[in-house]
Amino acid sequence: MSATMVPISADPSALAEGRERFGLWKRLPMKAKVGAVLLGLFVLAAIIGPMVTPYNPSFQNPLPSLSMHSPNGSYLLGTTESGQDVLSQLLVGIRITMELAVVVGVVATSLSVIVGVSAAFLGGIWDEVLSLVSNVFLVIPALPLLILLLGYLPQKGQLATILVLSLLGWPWGARVIRAQTMAIRNRDFIAASRETGEKTWRILAFEIVPNEISLIAASFVNTVLYAIGTSVALAFIGLADLSSWSLGTMLYWAENQQALELGAWWWFAPPGIAVALMGASLVLLNTGIDELGNPRLRDASRASRIAGRRLRPTDPTPVLQTLQGRHGVLAFLHSFSRTSLLDERPRRAYNDKQPRQASSAVASSGEWQ
Amino acid sequence: MAFVVRRLVFYVVAAWVALTVNFFIPRAMPGSAVQDIMSKFPNLQPSAYKALEAMLGVGHPGSLWHQYTTYLDDVFHLNFGTDVIEYPAKVSTLLAQTIPWTLTLVGTATVIAFFLGTGLGILAGWRHGGWLDRVLPGLMFIQAIPYFFLALLLLDFLALNHHIFPIGQGYGYGLIPGWHWSFISSAIYHSLLPAFTIVITSVAGWMLQMRNVMITTIGEDYVLAAQAKGLRSHRVVFTYAARNAILPQLQGFGLALGFVVSGAIIMEIVFSYPGIGLLLFNAVTSDDYPLMQAIFLVITFTVLLANLIVDLVIVFVDPRVRARGGT
Repeated sequence: MSATMVPISADPSALAEGRERFGLWKRLPMKAKVGAVLLGLFVLAAIIGPMVTPYNPSFQNPLPSLSMHSPNGSYLLGTTESGQDVLSQLLVGIRITMELAVVVGVVATSLSVIVGVSAAFLGGIWDEVLSLVSNVFLVIPALPLLILLLGYLPQKGQLATILVLSLLGWPWGARVIRAQTMAIRNRDFIAASRETGEKTWRILAFEIVPNEISLIAASFVNTVLYAIGTSVALAFIGLADLSSWSLGTMLYWAENQQALELGAWWWFAPPGIAVALMGASLVLLNTGIDELGNPRLRDASRASRIAGRRLRPTDPTPVLQTLQGRHGVLAFLHSFSRTSLLDERPRRAYNDKQPRQASSAVASSGEWQ
Repeated sequence: MAFVVRRLVFYVVAAWVALTVNFFIPRAMPGSAVQDIMSKFPNLQPSAYKALEAMLGVGHPGSLWHQYTTYLDDVFHLNFGTDVIEYPAKVSTLLAQTIPWTLTLVGTATVIAFFLGTGLGILAGWRHGGWLDRVLPGLMFIQAIPYFFLALLLLDFLALNHHIFPIGQGYGYGLIPGWHWSFISSAIYHSLLPAFTIVITSVAGWMLQMRNVMITTIGEDYVLAAQAKGLRSHRVVFTYAARNAILPQLQGFGLALGFVVSGAIIMEIVFSYPGIGLLLFNAVTSDDYPLMQAIFLVITFTVLLANLIVDLVIVFVDPRVRARGGT
């Protein structure tokens, strides 16, 4: 009872937690921040967008003056050829595309976790079979197979697309997660929990999977990216429910009715830019997360310039004496030959006080024998 | 050698899976070519069903096993049946007309993109934090743009409005394909813009991967040793770092090929380029099932073959693979 009376600001643990959360956001690389904010905007648009559409996206206004009208006050993104409001279509389209991508992401990522973890943990023949299956579906190009599958379906609705995309979206994640599980499997804490008599499924669910959460998150983001790109491409070819408004079907109709040729950029550009921004936000988020985990990939903002070379704090002390070598394209080609590793002959000792230009002149004339 | 054998077995299995999937899809899915024709011509008698099946060679006589072996035999002899839409034409003839276009254009553009991206990735990795790193988010944005959207914008801007490039098609109107200069020059001219789109959309991916591997490789001890020896920086970059960093890149090349092929299909649709992607699109829009299936097999087998070639290159380049004899 008394705990509820204490003001929140006085609770030291809550304060520390708040600071920590703020700290994590601060530690995020710029790329991840931009990606997260951008993605948040799209999620917001997907959630509240369909509720605030100014018009019914399918309503065809028969007024001839409203056919392909450029953006104005009442039609913020203009109208299509049949007088439909582009902004309403876009808002509904973001929702439908996002919904599809997230569902595919969840289903396909769950499949990859199940396959990847069980392949690595069960080992033996299970591992062989599961790895083989995921590798086979990795080399078979996905889009032609998707086209074939959807081409045979009489109803090409949202559900069919989700099923087919999930069915083909898991192998990459499974492969990555299998590799990670192999690495974790032999750690001491797994051995310890096995010794204490934990059941296999408990070890998998509570010891292994939580340790791979960052990898699973990355795999989820990648799958969502794949689902957005592929579903939009499939809709563009006409392999989708063309009566619903996804970003892909918007592009299909815009292309079908020659929006670009007729100069109706407001009809054609918004769905394409929306897809591009959604994709870019996911890529940024993913590279940002990558950089958080791998400090080497982070921007070398603390690098300093010494003797014309960019040096980071982790680099070795610069050595200003250089060895004889070739230049430019020749050096590049030569570096692939077997002999290149044998003919490293040091050049005459480099004098610290000599200017750099002079040293390269010496280099080309004199060779240390 | 053991590695090569292992990979060969793997590709044979992959090819068999593709063949089997291709065999079962039409049998598991509703809808068929014959039903399609029947619905297009409502005055056909129901008895025409069997006749149509026999004409198109899509009937399923005999047991499933018998059908399966006949199917494998047909594919082995490159007999993909008769086309439904362009009726008397054999599917294999249609394929033979379109494959060279796609292979030349997509192959060249992909190789260019791979080398360009890898080169830029080496630079970006070495000059970490330099200007190449700063344009990277921009490249990522370009990569995230749907392929066909960018292609359409470029087509509209460069071909329709400014007439710098021709508007789609594989060669000029009225030219007869053959080995003479007027045709070849026209074909090259028509392939420039499609090739450019493939390069610009796929270069960022290669670059990003190469950059990340480069940065990790540069942290290795042997690179440190090379720097400590006082080697010139370009020598450290190319001989020590890039040479090792390029191996994951090569392995990625085989797998990324599927994505490149997918992009190329869309590209051909946008540019009405007379390749296999446009053929697939036409097959889809006209419910031409036998053609769709044959194209799926051709694309898959090409990708598998390319993967095999990449594996052989890896064996040649990476002595560790030869020594270990397998992955």
